Amino acid sequence: MIPGAHTSLRNRTGDSPMETLKTTSLLHEHQRLGARMAPFGGWLMPIQYDGILAEHRRCRESAALFDTCHMGRFLFAGDIAASGIERLFSFRLETIAVGRCRYGFLLNEQGGILDDLTVYRLAADRLMMVVNAGPEKKDFAAIRAGLGGNPLFEDLTGHAGKLDLQGPHSRDVLAELAGDEVKDIPFFGFRRMTILGAEAIVSRTGYTGELGYEIYLGDERVVDLWRLLLEDGRVAPAGLGARDLLRLEMGYSLYGSDLDETTTPLEAGLDRFVDLTRDFRGKDALIRQRTEGLSRVRTAFRVSSRRSPRHGYQILCRGETVGTVTSGAFSPMLGCGIGLGYVSPDCSQTGTHLEIRHEEISLEATVVELPFYRDGTLKT
Amino acid sequence: MDTYFTREHEWIRINGTSGFVGITGYAAEQLGDITFVELPKVGREMRQGEILCTIESVKAASDIYAPLSGTVMEVNAALDFAPEIVNRSPEEEGWLVRVEITEPEGLKSLLTRGEYDDYVRGLP
Repeated sequence: MIPGAHTSLRNRTGDSPMETLKTTSLLHEHQRLGARMAPFGGWLMPIQYDGILAEHRRCRESAALFDTCHMGRFLFAGDIAASGIERLFSFRLETIAVGRCRYGFLLNEQGGILDDLTVYRLAADRLMMVVNAGPEKKDFAAIRAGLGGNPLFEDLTGHAGKLDLQGPHSRDVLAELAGDEVKDIPFFGFRRMTILGAEAIVSRTGYTGELGYEIYLGDERVVDLWRLLLEDGRVAPAGLGARDLLRLEMGYSLYGSDLDETTTPLEAGLDRFVDLTRDFRGKDALIRQRTEGLSRVRTAFRVSSRRSPRHGYQILCRGETVGTVTSGAFSPMLGCGIGLGYVSPDCSQTGTHLEIRHEEISLEATVVELPFYRDGTLKT
Repeated sequence: MDTYFTREHEWIRINGTSGFVGITGYAAEQLGDITFVELPKVGREMRQGEILCTIESVKAASDIYAPLSGTVMEVNAALDFAPEIVNRSPEEEGWLVRVEITEPEGLKSLLTRGEYDDYVRGLP
């Protein structure tokens, strides 16, 4: 065995050479915990601590703590209508209630996805946007270029802390630390709270399919909060390896793998995050695509064995190549390989038999409905 | 009974003309959590240095090379359902196959445990 010979850790997020990698404030914490680090989206991030499967299991059964400081964060302050900012997003911003957040897309004129993101309505005239690390600079430039008037639009990336606490015990853990108000935060809602004497935003959102929270706070507090949370016996650190398994079991897309500038939300089956009742950049292209019909659709499949499908593997249906795998892995919850890929629509019906192929590997798979894993505590 | 190693991180524990084959703790750690082991069929002839089987982990798939030429006499069927045994006990319970060695002279290109440990220490 030659370590790394067949590596599927592809450079899908446009990683920079080692010398220009950014690091979060938690770097030393990760090193002290013996984390295995690797580049992700231009940052040096923890991939695993004591093991991807162990960390994944702890998230599903107890509580896992993720360093997500690398994610992009923008602040908008000003008149939403006058700035024209709504036109840049696939969804309405005005109708997001204060204290709520919404998920959707930044699109280009062809309806292709520049990024998927979450927008938080902090106040009538204040929004916080949370974007992926890799495309962060691109997103900032795209939004700024589209703003009219003179609103405040700031890039806080790299200056702000973010931790994800996810798992069935996360609510109790966080409530004990920050106060019972945590228990009142509704799904896709958030609250401003004081944690460790400083302002924080706590939202009931996440990327794992379990009950969980995303905690936004000043960079200077993030190390203290990280350490404090880890003192709780129910919480353990988890890296990007576990995070990828957790999100894939839910069928959540990863920008750079399942979504990119050549994919539209319609092809990705994510129409519900697109509001076609108003004008926005990319709308005409989406309408055209819907009229003409899709040439490919994002599809979920289960492999009949424990073998993992991987990004780039070919998908065959009735002997013909019909698409490629965009994400794939062994699912600990299902005990078999699972994957996402884009295939021609006539091969995307539930129950369709697929063959996943790569060099000598040939896997039998069946199209299934999402999510793969249905027993998460997300809505508890 | 002596154990010999390859630079590709396989081991073979020899007892007469029979040998148990597996991957080292170093290999198991590099791979991370193992999710699938594709064992060869009993009766399969393996040649030293050729691909014996494939191991998949959360991260990637890796080819495992035969340390010596021989015939596969037995495979560790427990790994079909619990490949994590290889992570837990790579040099004992996590053995992959038992072979009947056909070309013992291949031994001279293998490393002793001391030589293997030195080799691993020198790796980046």
